[in-house]
Amino acid sequence: MHFAFDEHQLEFRAQLRAFADKECTPAQLREAWESELGWSRPRWGALAEMGVVGLTVPTEHGGLGLGLVDVVLLLEEAGRSGLPEPLLETTVLGVPILAGAAGATPALAVPWLERVARGDAVVTVGLSSMPAVPAAGGADLLVLEHDGELHAVPRADATVTPRPALDGSRRPAQVQWEPSPATRLYRGDEAEVVLAQLGDRAAMGAGAVLVGIADRMIAMAALYAGQRHQFGKPIGSFQAVKHHLADALVRVEFARPAVYRAAWSLSEGEPDAGVHASMAKALASDAAVLAARTALQVHGAIGYTWECDAHLWMKRAWALAAAWGDARWHRRRIASVVLSVP
Amino acid sequence: MDLRFSADQDRFRDEARRWLSANVPSEANGTGPLESLDTAAGFAAHRAWERTMFEARWSVVSWPEEYGGRGAGLWEWIVFEEEYYRAGAPTRVGQNGIFLLAPTLFEFGTPEQKARYLPPMASGEEIWCQGWSEPDAGSDLAGIRSRATRQDGGWVLSGQKTWCSRGAFADWLFGLFRSDPGAERHRGLTYFLVPMDAPGVTVRPIAQLDGETGFAEVFFEDVAVPDDQVLGGVDRGWEVAMATAGSERGLSLRSPARYTEAAARLVDLYRTRRASDPGHAAHRADDVARAVIDAEAYRLHTYWTATRVAAGESVGPEASMNKLFWSETDLAIHAAALELLGEAAELLDDRGRPPPWLDGFLFSLAGPIYAGTNEIQRNVVAERVLGLPRG
Repeated sequence: MHFAFDEHQLEFRAQLRAFADKECTPAQLREAWESELGWSRPRWGALAEMGVVGLTVPTEHGGLGLGLVDVVLLLEEAGRSGLPEPLLETTVLGVPILAGAAGATPALAVPWLERVARGDAVVTVGLSSMPAVPAAGGADLLVLEHDGELHAVPRADATVTPRPALDGSRRPAQVQWEPSPATRLYRGDEAEVVLAQLGDRAAMGAGAVLVGIADRMIAMAALYAGQRHQFGKPIGSFQAVKHHLADALVRVEFARPAVYRAAWSLSEGEPDAGVHASMAKALASDAAVLAARTALQVHGAIGYTWECDAHLWMKRAWALAAAWGDARWHRRRIASVVLSVP
Repeated sequence: MDLRFSADQDRFRDEARRWLSANVPSEANGTGPLESLDTAAGFAAHRAWERTMFEARWSVVSWPEEYGGRGAGLWEWIVFEEEYYRAGAPTRVGQNGIFLLAPTLFEFGTPEQKARYLPPMASGEEIWCQGWSEPDAGSDLAGIRSRATRQDGGWVLSGQKTWCSRGAFADWLFGLFRSDPGAERHRGLTYFLVPMDAPGVTVRPIAQLDGETGFAEVFFEDVAVPDDQVLGGVDRGWEVAMATAGSERGLSLRSPARYTEAAARLVDLYRTRRASDPGHAAHRADDVARAVIDAEAYRLHTYWTATRVAAGESVGPEASMNKLFWSETDLAIHAAALELLGEAAELLDDRGRPPPWLDGFLFSLAGPIYAGTNEIQRNVVAERVLGLPRG
């Protein structure tokens, strides 16, 4: 039993943190929100150069060929820094689907894997049940589910209608396209398995980002509570404020190992990996929603303004808490397994 | 990262499981369940169980062999605890000594003190209670007034302690006394080890919510104690006590198996109730799932922390987060169980005792209060983890 990350994994996180501290400041986040794309191609290129974007791309296609335990800390860091680029969608959701299809349908998968590794493409994934596909507004390749099949659709072959969202960098869009055998990656039982794995990876991955977001929001609120004075004292010296923040921090602290465990179980193909992913998402969603509420409340009226940075994280928290199954959805899934509730 | 136990750890688990399944008092083997440990007869029966474990060297697996342990590591301790709760074994009547005092003795005790106190603690021959709180010093522990006065060859203790768990039947007490009334509040305290049968000690048992005397008030009237019953040095009591508090809030007292096993029993209860009263159970699956998830989150957090501790790191004020989480989780698990039981939840058993879920619920209500109230823990987290200014 050894529940910790290795040196390389920690070092990779430190590199991403150092990068984000310089290249993903709140001012740069605001620029991204206001930009046409919603994120920055140069930053995506720099992340690719660091190996972050192509982390899960197999080495033969130019990536690092690493797994979910290697990526989970980076996702958390992406949440903490508010990174607007669709790292979750590309590296954790899209790439493994393409990599799995590289043998059977190389023409549909391999060029895209190589482009992702070069930082030359953004991939996103959409289910037919989604009202709009996250990141579809600026993605180069859309991996789309249709009638239980999975298809790879270059953006040029689809009609993409942006659906502006509260989070200025999510950039969801409605996608119209024609499924054909030429776009098909998976069908039948195989597609069912790939979709189930996708759901679990997404739950874990979104959970990791949410933990990072929650951590950041609590840190911002704690910093503010130490500076803002009322009644002649910092508001952080009042127990009502302290207890809000302590409760929020506890939920994050106890969500985090569950997210890490889900990453490990998924990467090892553990039989309970799906339950583990659901536990992670249920805990992380609740933790992030509580942290958002707490951060807003601690900031008071300033937190309710566009000018205060808190909302840049808060809005991402709400979006991801609802994405890929909210907390209650995942608890229901756990109940269906553990309690055999139909 | 590897979240599998090693082959050695699995062997250790098998050995513990075999021994526990053969020895845990149960209805099936005609030796259990034991009476409540807060009755005289139940206390004696629980003491005998400690002895049985000690003789097979299972009572304190992580202690060095010379004191009755197996010199097992942290992971083996966690594994043993998992098996202990899985086996439905009795509450440890010696837990205040074993889990709170012993880590402090290992850290601060002299070789003579360790040799004197640890073996009888391990065997259940001497059961310990904690003498910290006073009528006017609860959350504000540094406000204690019980005095220790110097005299030839030792000290004289006077004053009053309260809420001493197991105090009604315990043999020894570890407590904090003010040895230097002129010093600043947190200084001038000394940590004493006191036999409950010393002249001048009076115990007044206090009935708890369940009607039984789970704790007691202890009065000290000029109780003479020798110097070698000071633990950790004169006037250093606060520092020594905070080491104990860390154990109480952190890893050692609250093994995750308590909660994962309680959650597993909640799942069984849910299934039973769904079969007998589906309309009542139908809307409660979310509560049960939440309990299962939180218990698991606690287990994983403990594994995460244990990996750090095994690598030589120490646990600081984060221990307060642990305490908040396990106490709230325990309460939620038991509250969910009582809701599943519905109107039947209030019924006592044939002997007029709360049946296990009700008993567990009553006990879980104490969790947010003892070991430092959850409000105090939130202050610790806010000030020492998040760096907020003191109030």
